[in-house]
Amino acid sequence: MAIMSTNMIGLIFANLHDSTIPDLTKMRTMGSVPYGARFRLIDFPLSNMVNSGITSVGVITKGNYQSLLDHLGSGDEWDLSRKTGGLQILPPYGNDRRRGLYRGRMEALQSVKRYIESNNAEYVLMSDCNVIVNMDYNHILEYHIEKGADITIVYGHGNYNATQMLTKTAFGVDSDGRINDVLINPEKEGAFNTSMNMYIVGREFLLDLITETASRNLYDFDVDVVQHKHNEFKIYGYRYNGYYEQIDGILSFFSANMALMNYDRRKVLFPRRRPIYTKVRDDAPAKYGLESEVNNSLVADGCVIEGKVENCVLFRGAKVGKGAIINNCILMQDTIIGDKCELNYVISDKNVNVGGYRSLFGTADYPVFVAKGSNV
Amino acid sequence: MYHVKKECVAMILAGGQGSRLYALTQDMAKPAVPYGGKYRLIDFPLSNCVNSGFDTVGILTQYLPLVLNEYIGNGHPWGLDRVHGGVHALAPYESSGGKSWYTGTANAIYQNISFIDRYQPDYVAILAGDHIYKMDYSKMLDYHKKQQADATIAVLEVPWEEASRFGIMTAGENGVITEFAEKPAEPKSNLASMGVYIYSWQTLKRYLIANENDAGAKKDFGGNIIPDMLKDGCKMVAYHFDGYWKDVGTIDSLWEANMDLLNPNIPLDLHDPKWRIYSRNPVMPPHYVGENSFVENSLVAEGCNIEGRVDFSILFAGVNIEKGATVRDSIIMPGTTVKSGAAIEYSIIGEDCIIGEGVYVGERPESIADKDSWGVAVVGHNINVPQNTVIKPKAMISENL
Repeated sequence: MAIMSTNMIGLIFANLHDSTIPDLTKMRTMGSVPYGARFRLIDFPLSNMVNSGITSVGVITKGNYQSLLDHLGSGDEWDLSRKTGGLQILPPYGNDRRRGLYRGRMEALQSVKRYIESNNAEYVLMSDCNVIVNMDYNHILEYHIEKGADITIVYGHGNYNATQMLTKTAFGVDSDGRINDVLINPEKEGAFNTSMNMYIVGREFLLDLITETASRNLYDFDVDVVQHKHNEFKIYGYRYNGYYEQIDGILSFFSANMALMNYDRRKVLFPRRRPIYTKVRDDAPAKYGLESEVNNSLVADGCVIEGKVENCVLFRGAKVGKGAIINNCILMQDTIIGDKCELNYVISDKNVNVGGYRSLFGTADYPVFVAKGSNV
Repeated sequence: MYHVKKECVAMILAGGQGSRLYALTQDMAKPAVPYGGKYRLIDFPLSNCVNSGFDTVGILTQYLPLVLNEYIGNGHPWGLDRVHGGVHALAPYESSGGKSWYTGTANAIYQNISFIDRYQPDYVAILAGDHIYKMDYSKMLDYHKKQQADATIAVLEVPWEEASRFGIMTAGENGVITEFAEKPAEPKSNLASMGVYIYSWQTLKRYLIANENDAGAKKDFGGNIIPDMLKDGCKMVAYHFDGYWKDVGTIDSLWEANMDLLNPNIPLDLHDPKWRIYSRNPVMPPHYVGENSFVENSLVAEGCNIEGRVDFSILFAGVNIEKGATVRDSIIMPGTTVKSGAAIEYSIIGEDCIIGEGVYVGERPESIADKDSWGVAVVGHNINVPQNTVIKPKAMISENL
């Protein structure tokens, strides 16, 4: 895997897709949405970049980025606190008063043109934060070079219903892998090649594209570049056949968390050699009380469990009181569940406090969401 | 080069071998021994320093320093990667005057006088690197200043029958120490030294130099420095500490100190966000407890996979307990796998071991007739125990069977 590494910089779009899970992004970016008992969604693209040898990463933000800044800090948890390169947060109005809150990916790129110019890497890898995957980006770069592509887009293949397709971009690809058809948010059921929102593009090519689209007031990458220019540019698709989860709503968020109960999936997502890094909180190990009963659950450090927990994801510092019965729940950081509570299909955001003897019931197709800091 | 002045520099004594921990200190110094599901012993004095506002720390290493040095690194996990001060590993070195190992605790500090002098401190804290306790050293420093003492020694009341195992202080009402005896056969007091000292630096430095120049003197604090200062009429005061404190010098005490974390009546709360104990965190996913597994009254760190039964135990990061395996009253250090059908009772299992299928390690004391032959069983680090092996209580396994 050693070939390129430093020859590529990373760009992460932290806010795109915020609107797909409005409850969870009310006070944070898509990138800082908690996932898997101790992670945030941005940990995946960020760790994948680092594990692929990328040492310069820009994170493009739009709004609500306080929690993202808090999470990323100086980037040292990802080994991105570096003398040269490292992590750079790129907020709106960064160095051009005219370029503030972008309308689309292309416009966001226009606003960070200086950052892209200031690097001399040959390639740029762009990724969003709505895909949970452990991927070596060098394979995609190899493919990109082999095809002589202008742009390479990573896609997966699957069967989707009409609602799911509402948030997806689908591709037609020819036998060589070149994209020859683009459908944006097609509201129909079927088998599709759907975008994983990861792109590799030559840096010089991207800079030209930025200048070109900016001067024509074009702001959407998928529409204005991929859809309208696939005959002109060599845009290739890289089909990813491995395991991944894509978040496009609260239900897929819920099922992506629950998917981690499967040993093989955890092994694929968290291999020893390519770990997923995250912010450290220095919690003590989880403590199981005298009458705790825990089955099929993921538990982070700092939890204290004295009740019954089944099919749950417990984030750092979550506490379950004596005699409480918690089934099919996602309890985020520092959620406190009082004694003898009963919860089923509940997603509690950070710092939720459920007093003793309360009951909350959602259903598999409509989990109850309890907002950050609520007292129930 | 100019160094910012520090009021107090902390020196942590971490060169100890910990020979009574046998297999567990075969590959690492005692302060690096794992404890409490995610810590190493040195995390306690280090975190206490940081939480007390001491940001300049020297760690004196000598015995097998690799694990410890790698663990400390640049001090980032403790917030000790600082522009001014921070943490420094201080190993013995060669100088124009020759080369020498640290021949005692006092000699170790003597050899690092130039390190301490760089920060022109008024005070120096000397701390043992292998004790478990949470203590605010800044309050002790306030007491030292208020008493205008030359030395302040933190003391703990211990049961009279155990007093002869410790350095014992006799102190008056005003806290002034009148007598000191190292492990006395007939103790006159039950105030034991915790191995936590604050000295006024200029005074200590004088005594360190004199001690070094005295060929016949013992080169450590208990042997000569403290008795000499007392004899000369230096003002030495006792600082009373009444929290949890444990010296894990033996296998039994290491086992006990771990089990203390499961006892709600023991006042050592690691979940207190106001006094966190920092450590180098492994990069691992959360731990998973399987569908038919059973976990009760235990501490479990991240990265574990539990499919079997775990009761009254401490599991460090990345431990695997397979289906049908049982762990009771035991401590399993990082990265170890316990295969299906194995049963572990009253044991300490080191890092990265593989306990094969059907293996038995240790036994409950109740189930054994000859109580003298009972004890905690220990399997050292990186050991592969082949299937169906039986390891008796009190056994000490330090190499592959």
